Amino acid sequence: MPSPSPSPSASQAAGRHTRPGLRGRQTDPAALAEIEALLGAARRERDELIEHLHALQDRFGHLSLRHLRALADWMRMPMAEVYETATFYAHFDVVREDEPVPPALTVRVCDSLPCQLAGAQALRAALDAALDPARIRVLRAPCMGRCDQAPVAQLGRRHLSRATPAAVLAALARGALDPEPIAWQRLADYRAAGGYTLLQRLRSGETGVAALEARLAEAGLRGLGGAGFPTARKWQAVRAGAAPRYLVVNADEGEPGTFKDRHYLETAPHRVLEGALASALAVGAAAIYVYLRDEYPGLHAVLREAIAELEAAGLVAPGFIVLRRGAGAYICGEESALIESLEGKPGKPRHRPPFVAEAGLFGRPTLVNNVETLYWIPLLAAGAAFAGEGRRRRSGLRSFSVSGRVNKPGVHLAPAGITLRELVDEHCGGLQPGHRLLAYLPGGASGGILPAALADLPLDFDTLQPHGSFIGSAAIIVLSDQDDLRAVADNLLAFFADESCGQCTPCRLGTEKLLALLRTDDWDVARLQALAQTLRDASICGLGQAAPNPVSSLLRFFPAELARAGVRLHAGPPARDAGELQP
Amino acid sequence: MSRHDREDLGSTPKPPNLATAPVVAAAHDALDQRADAFEILLDGVAAQAFPGETLWKVALRAGERIPHLCFKDAPGYRADGNCRACMVEIEGERVLAASCIRAAQPGMVVRSASSTRARQAREGVLELLLEQQPARTHSPDRSSHFWELVEHMRLPAADRGPAAQQPDRTHPAIHVNLDACITCGLCVRACREVQVNEVIGLAHRGARAKIVFDFDDALGDSSCVACGECVQACPTGALMPATLVDAQGRGDSACAERKVDSVCPYCGVGCQLTYHVRDERILFVEGRNGPANENRLCVKGRFGFDYPNHRGRLTTPLIRRAGVPKGVDPAFDPANPLSHFRPASWDEALDFAAAGLRRLLDAHGPGVLAGFGSAKCSNEEAWLFQKLVRTGFGSNNVDHCTRLCHASSVAALMECIGSGAVTASFMQAAHADVVILTGCNPTVNHPVAATYFKQAAKRGTRLIVLDPRGLVLGHHAHRMVRFTPGSDVALFNAMLNVIVGEGLCDRDFIAARTEGFEALAAHVAPLTPEAMAPLCGVAPDEIRAIARLYATAERAMIFWGMGISQHVHGTDNARCLIALALATGHVGRPGTGLHPLRGQNNVQGASDAGLIPMVLPDYRPVGDAQYRAAFEELWATPLPAEPGLTVVETMDAIAAGRVRGMYILGENPAMSDPDLHHTRAALARLEHLVVQDLFVTETAQFADVILPASAWPEKDGTVTNTNRQIQLGRAAVPLPGEARPDWWILQQLARRLGLDWQYAHPREVFAEMKRAMRSLDHIDWARLEREGAVTTPCPADDAQGKDVVFDDRFPTASGRARFRPTVPLPPDEPVDAAWPTVLITGRQLEHWHTGAMTRRSAVLDALEPAAVATLAPAELARLGLAPGAALSIETRRGRITLAARADPLMPAGMVFVPFCYVEAAANLLTNPALDPYGKIPEFKYAACRLAPA
Repeated sequence: MPSPSPSPSASQAAGRHTRPGLRGRQTDPAALAEIEALLGAARRERDELIEHLHALQDRFGHLSLRHLRALADWMRMPMAEVYETATFYAHFDVVREDEPVPPALTVRVCDSLPCQLAGAQALRAALDAALDPARIRVLRAPCMGRCDQAPVAQLGRRHLSRATPAAVLAALARGALDPEPIAWQRLADYRAAGGYTLLQRLRSGETGVAALEARLAEAGLRGLGGAGFPTARKWQAVRAGAAPRYLVVNADEGEPGTFKDRHYLETAPHRVLEGALASALAVGAAAIYVYLRDEYPGLHAVLREAIAELEAAGLVAPGFIVLRRGAGAYICGEESALIESLEGKPGKPRHRPPFVAEAGLFGRPTLVNNVETLYWIPLLAAGAAFAGEGRRRRSGLRSFSVSGRVNKPGVHLAPAGITLRELVDEHCGGLQPGHRLLAYLPGGASGGILPAALADLPLDFDTLQPHGSFIGSAAIIVLSDQDDLRAVADNLLAFFADESCGQCTPCRLGTEKLLALLRTDDWDVARLQALAQTLRDASICGLGQAAPNPVSSLLRFFPAELARAGVRLHAGPPARDAGELQP
Repeated sequence: MSRHDREDLGSTPKPPNLATAPVVAAAHDALDQRADAFEILLDGVAAQAFPGETLWKVALRAGERIPHLCFKDAPGYRADGNCRACMVEIEGERVLAASCIRAAQPGMVVRSASSTRARQAREGVLELLLEQQPARTHSPDRSSHFWELVEHMRLPAADRGPAAQQPDRTHPAIHVNLDACITCGLCVRACREVQVNEVIGLAHRGARAKIVFDFDDALGDSSCVACGECVQACPTGALMPATLVDAQGRGDSACAERKVDSVCPYCGVGCQLTYHVRDERILFVEGRNGPANENRLCVKGRFGFDYPNHRGRLTTPLIRRAGVPKGVDPAFDPANPLSHFRPASWDEALDFAAAGLRRLLDAHGPGVLAGFGSAKCSNEEAWLFQKLVRTGFGSNNVDHCTRLCHASSVAALMECIGSGAVTASFMQAAHADVVILTGCNPTVNHPVAATYFKQAAKRGTRLIVLDPRGLVLGHHAHRMVRFTPGSDVALFNAMLNVIVGEGLCDRDFIAARTEGFEALAAHVAPLTPEAMAPLCGVAPDEIRAIARLYATAERAMIFWGMGISQHVHGTDNARCLIALALATGHVGRPGTGLHPLRGQNNVQGASDAGLIPMVLPDYRPVGDAQYRAAFEELWATPLPAEPGLTVVETMDAIAAGRVRGMYILGENPAMSDPDLHHTRAALARLEHLVVQDLFVTETAQFADVILPASAWPEKDGTVTNTNRQIQLGRAAVPLPGEARPDWWILQQLARRLGLDWQYAHPREVFAEMKRAMRSLDHIDWARLEREGAVTTPCPADDAQGKDVVFDDRFPTASGRARFRPTVPLPPDEPVDAAWPTVLITGRQLEHWHTGAMTRRSAVLDALEPAAVATLAPAELARLGLAPGAALSIETRRGRITLAARADPLMPAGMVFVPFCYVEAAANLLTNPALDPYGKIPEFKYAACRLAPA
C-alpha cells in the first residue's frame, strides 16, 4: 500500500508539483502546422489514415511521434488508434524521440522463396557489407511480386530484377530510384480495341445485368485470388443486401510466388477497370475502392492515370473510383483484413459470419474481387473461349505464376487441370539445366509442398485437397534436387510468422513456435502435428490455417529429404521436453 | 474470491429501461416461451437458443461454461473471438468456431464437451499462452482468470521463472506487467468501447503485438484517466491494482477475506461497487452491475477508497481548548488536532454539544440555530437531520450543498414542471438522436455518465456541447459550441426564437401538455440570432443550426450542470432549457427529457428527504398547512411554517447576529461557500458550533465540539442518484476508534434536546420516511436489499420504477407544464478594464467537492497533488508565464497564488480554478451574489485579474 499522503493544509503543498499541462502528449503547434501544410484540404475521415501516414512517410522519410500526435489531433482520432495503424504496416517507420531517424534511402531485398532460391541471402549480405548503413539501409522484405525475375531488390521505389550486388550499386550510383516505366494500354488504345463496350452496353441496357451474370456463370468464372468462389453467385449475395454497397478491387496479391495481377494491371489496366465498373453496375455499388499493394509503386501511377483518363473522358464520375495504397502487409490480401485496412485500421481479418458480402466496407454489403477475376469479365462478355478450355474434365483457364527452377518463369495462361509436368514442359521450357524436379509448391507459400511423384495431378481448385494441398492463386514454385526442403520450410514459416497479424493466439504464437521447432534437429512428430492441427483448426483466417502446410507436407512426403538435411524424426516427445506440452 | 468476472451463472441481461417493465421474475418465465426461440443440438442434446445469441451463451444456459479468456460476459463488452480458448466444432464446417462470437442458427449441430478436436484446440491455445507466462508463483496475479482456467483444464505449467520484463510502475494506481499479457485486447475494449477513454491500443503485429498506452508511453505519462476498467477486465493480472502487487511484482487478487456490495460515495452517478476487504481494511474496489454503471467506475470510485484510513481520521470526540481562536490556521496539522482540541468522551462531547445548542435556544428562541446537513450522507441521515432541526431547533433553518449546486435548477423545474428531479435517466441518452450537454463537464464531474454519452455518440447520437470552455467531450461532439461566459439566456432565447420562428415547435405537445406558450413566443420574437449573437458570441447560423438539430430530432435530451445553475441568472438558464424541451415536445418519451446532472452521491435523496429550508420532504412548501399537519401528526409536534435560511443567507444571518449556533454534519462551508473571508468570519463568530465529520475539516477548525462520524464504507444506508435510483450501501469495514454512525450521533443529540428517538437501525428510519413520502411508495428496505436499486417513482411492488416520467401529465396543479420567459441579464460582476478575466470554479476529475475525502486518498492525491489553475496557452504567453509557473489570481474579495497549467481547450480571457485546494482556496475569490430564486451563488463568473506570482 502506498503510504497515505500528508494531510491537506496550507503548508503541505510545498515541494509537491502538479503537472504543467494536460495528461499525456500534447500537440506541438509547429507539428500541427506541418500537417496542415502537407494535408491541406484532404479529408479527415478515419479511413484516410493510411493515406495520410503515407504522405507523412513520403515527405519526412519516417513517422515522428510529434507528427503522429498532431495528425491524431487533426483527424480527431485517439493517439492509440493512430499508433496501432502506424506500427502495424511494414512500410511505416515510426521513430521515437530517442531513436535515430532512418537514412534517406532504403534498399529492400526480397527474401521470399523464389528470390531465396535465386540467392537473395547472398545479395543481402553483400549489400550489407558494401553500403554505409548511415546513408542507405538494407532491409529484408517479403514477396515483391517479381518472382520470375528473382532475385529482386527495391531501391527507393525502383525494382531491380535479377539483382546482383554490382547491379544494385550501379543503380544506386545512377540514382535510379523512381518506379520503372510501364508501357500500358492507354484509354484511347483500349477503346480503339473495343474496350468499354461492355460498360456502355450495360449502361444503355443493351446488355442486361442478368445476361452478363448468366454468361459469367456459364463460363464458370470463379474468384481467381485463391478462394475460387463463383463470381456470379457473389454478385447475387451482395445485391441481396441493402444499399449503399461497395465494390473493392483486391490488388494486394502478396502470396509469395504470385505476380499475375501485376501482369494484368501492367498490361491491361483498363480491362480490369472495365470489369470493375461492370461489376459495380451489376451490384449497384456506390463506389469502387482499389486497394493496391505498396510494393507496386509503378502501378500506382498507372492506375491513377487510368482513372484520371476515365474521369476526363466522362466515363466515370470523379471520385467514384478511389485508389488506395497498401502499406506492407501480406495479410491485407485477405479480403476482410483488406477492408479493415481501407477503413484506416490495422489489417486484421474479421470473423465470419457476417461475410463481407453482407457487412464489408463501412459495414455495408461489399463485393470484393481479385484483379484477374475482373480482368476476365469484359473478355467473357465479348465471347472469349473459357469454359471450353481445360483438361481432365476441368474447365476454364488459369493464369499460373511460375517461378523457381524452370527455364521460362512468368505468367502462363494454361488450361485448368493441366499437370505440373505439362505446365513446365509446355509453357516453361522445362527445368533449368542440371536440375531435376524434386517438389513444387502449387499455391504459393500457403498451398503446401507436393513431391515430384505427384507432378501429374490436375492443377485446379478442389483437386489437391486429398494431398493436403491447394492451388490458391496458382503460384507455382518449382523446386529441384539442389534445393534444401528444410530451408524452404524455414523460409515459408518465417514468412508466416512475420506476416501474422497477431490477432489470434494460434497464429500469433503458433507460427513462431513451429519455426522454432523446425530449427531443432529433433522433430517430435506428434507435437508438430498437434501444433499444426491447432493452427489449422483454431486460427481465425487462412494465414494461420495454412501456415503449418509446409511442415505437414514435409512430414508427409519428404522424410528422406529431412533425414538428409539432418533432421531426426521422433514418434514421441524427446525426454528433455517431457511434460512441457501435452501430447 | 478473485477480482475477476465470476459471472453469476444465472445472470440475464436486464431489459432496457425504456419504461416501466414487468419485474425480472416474470421476464424469466417469458423467456422460455419467446416465440423466436429455436433449438440447436449441443453435444447431442437439444438446447434452446434465441436469434443473435452466441453458442457460448447457449452452452452456458445448458450448463456448460466453455473456457474463455478474451471474452468477458458483462454488459458493454463485445466478443472478439481472438484468444481461441472457446472453440467448438460445428457440423459441416471445415474449421472450428469461437463460441463466444458465433451466433446460434436453427438446427446447428455443435460439439463442445464431446469434441476431441475442440478440446485439443483449446488446450493447444492455452499451452502456447502458458509458455509465455511468468510462473504462477511469480505472477502479478496468481488468482487470475487465466490461472483459474489453466487449473480447471488441468494443464501442466512450465516454470518459466519470474517475469522477464520490468513492470511499468509509473502510475500510482495501476501496476502494469505486460509479461503476463496475452494480448486478448479486453483492456482495449474496456478503454475504447466501454469507457471510451481511448488510451489503450494494440500496436505492432504478429508476435510483436503489444498493448500500448497512447504512443507506447509509460502509463503514468499517458493520457490515462485511471478509470481502471482495464484492470477489472484483464484476465491475467498484466494490469493490476498497484495495491495488490508486492515489490517483486507478485500479486494475488483473491487475497480478500470478504466482499461487500455497496455504492460509490462520490458523485451523483451512483455507481454500484464491491469492496474487497481483508484485515478490516478495504484492499481494492470493483465495479458492480448497477443500473447507472454496469460495472464501470471512475478513478475516484475505484481508487479513492482509502480516505477512511487516513492518519488524520477522527477517532475520538474533541472539544476546543480554552482560548484557542477559531479559524483556518495554516500551522494546524489535522492529523494532530490535540494542539487545538482536547479529547472527550462521547457523553461529555454530546452533553457539551447539546447544552450549547439548548442554551442558545432558551436564550434567543428557535431562529437562533441553523443546521447544514450533507448530500454525502444517506437518506436516513438527511431525514434525521432535518427532523432534528425542525423538531429540535424549532425552525426550518436547515440546508445543504444543493444550495450551491442545483438549487436554481430545482427552482425552475418545480416552477415549470412541478418536479425537481430529472425527467429521464442518463441511460436514455442511448435512445436519443440529439443530446445537448451544456454547462456540464461529465468526463470530469460525472465520468461514468460520460461513458454513456460517448458511447451514444459512437453509435450515432449527435452530441451538441454548449460551453464557454472547450471540453474533452467535445472530441465526441457533433458540434462543440463555445459561448461567452454568462450569456446562456441570450443563446437559449435565440434558439427558442429560431424554433418558434421557423415553426419547428411540437404544436400538439404544446397544445395538450403546456400553458403559456403564446407569451413565450411573443417574448422571444425579437430575440433573433442576429440580436443575440453579439451577447453570446455565437454566429447566428451556428445558433440556427443547433436549434434546428435539437428541434427536428425525433428524440432529444438536455443535460446540464453547474455551468447553468451557478449564476445569478441560474434559474433563468434552467427555465430556458425547460422551454426548449417543452416547445419541441422533447420530454416524457424514451430518449427525451431534462436532466440536471446532480453533483453529489445523495444530493437528490437529501433534497427529497427535506434537507431544504423552504420545503418539507417531497418538496411541499413548509407553509402548506395541510401537508405540514401530516408531519406534525407523524412527529407529534408542531412545526414552524416559515421558510428557513439558505446556506449563504445563514452566513449573513450569523454576521448579523441573528444566528448564533450551528450544527454542521459533513459539510465544509469554510471551503465551499463563496467569498470565504466573509464565510469564515461568520463561522468564527458563532457562539456554538457542533461539527460532525471524519476529519478536522477547514470548517471543523471553527468548531467548539467535533463529533467523529462514519465514513460511507462503514455504514448502512440508502442514497438516491441523479437518475432517481435509490440504492443501498452496506457497511464493509468497522468504525475506527470511537467513531460512530451518523444516525447514532444524531439520535444521541436529539435525545439530549428532549426528543424521544428510538431508532435501532437505518432501516427503521427508512420505514418512517415511507410513512410520509409518496416518492418512496412501493420501495422498502427489504426490496432494496433484494434488488440493490429501485427507481422512484415506482408504480408497484413488483414493477420497476419509472426511468422516464411525465409521459401523460406533469405534477402541477393543472397537469400542464409552464413556459416561463426570461430576459438576458449580465453577470453580477462583469469583467472590465481593471478586472479583465473571467474566473470560473469547479471540480477536477480526481478531487471531489472540497477535497475532504479525495485529498486524503493516496492515489487521488498523487495524481493531483497541488493547487492548480488552468488557462489557455495563449493566455499564459500573454502573461509571460511558462506552464507550471506560479500565478496570482485576484478578485475584489481576495487573492490566491497557485501553479498555472496550460489547457489548449480553454478560451482566452478565462481562468479555471478547482475549489478543493485549501492552500489556494478558489472560494476566497468567488462572488457571493445570489440567484434570486434558487439562492445559489455565482460560482461560474467572477471578474479577476491575473499576474505572475
